[in-house]
Amino acid sequence: MVDFDVVSLPETEHVAEGDTAPDFTRPLVDDEYWEDRALGEVVDGPTLLLFHPMDGAFQGTYLYNTVDDHGWADDLDVIGLSISTPYAHKRLLAERADGVRIFSDPGAGVIEEYGLAHDIDGMTGITESRPAVFLLDADRTVEFAWVASEHPDFPDAEALDDAVERLVD
Amino acid sequence: MTKPQITLYRLQACPFCERVVRTLNELGLEYRSRYVEPMHSERNVVKRVSGARSVPAIVDRETGVTMSESANIVEYLQGTYGEGGA
Repeated sequence: MVDFDVVSLPETEHVAEGDTAPDFTRPLVDDEYWEDRALGEVVDGPTLLLFHPMDGAFQGTYLYNTVDDHGWADDLDVIGLSISTPYAHKRLLAERADGVRIFSDPGAGVIEEYGLAHDIDGMTGITESRPAVFLLDADRTVEFAWVASEHPDFPDAEALDDAVERLVD
Repeated sequence: MTKPQITLYRLQACPFCERVVRTLNELGLEYRSRYVEPMHSERNVVKRVSGARSVPAIVDRETGVTMSESANIVEYLQGTYGEGGA
């Protein structure tokens, strides 16, 4: 696509296929309100868990446009997470990501636990999430995992679509 | 996580909401907080449960009571769960 090397991200020990997605509690935002929720309580069937860069960055915008285009929120629960505040999530949900709920993790503690931390050059003090996608079954077993290895990087929507179909059917 | 019987619809840093929280804490009552937006027009969920968009509002599944206005809520909580209450 471009005639120079895209930045590679370092190897990371991230949550992988076959693992149980670690439980956590954070404010979970929908289009009406937010409240503390535990992932373990939210996941009660096939769930698409999306980690993305802070709201407003184009990577998150693309990701949710892809979610909307494929109608994944009609097929299974779609749950996002970023370091942005609940107020920012509300603005995002007003524009896109129909039917999606998003966790707020400003301190990046969940992001660290999932092995997805990314310190952004030129934004001192901010730890971000690298983009990552986890498909979970009802007991939070990771059936499909994708974690960005370049900056920027996007999940293969067709591969994800296939994985969603396998899990839901 | 256990599900508390009382849900409090609140706005961050709203003094009337904090007043209700103080009473809940004084009475040792478990509650869950649902935060809504400062913009009045964005509070449809509160309107749906309580009939008005004002916060604080509580829903008490223990008694089936839904209520707005902090003075009313404090009076209700003390009357229901305080010493000498029902």
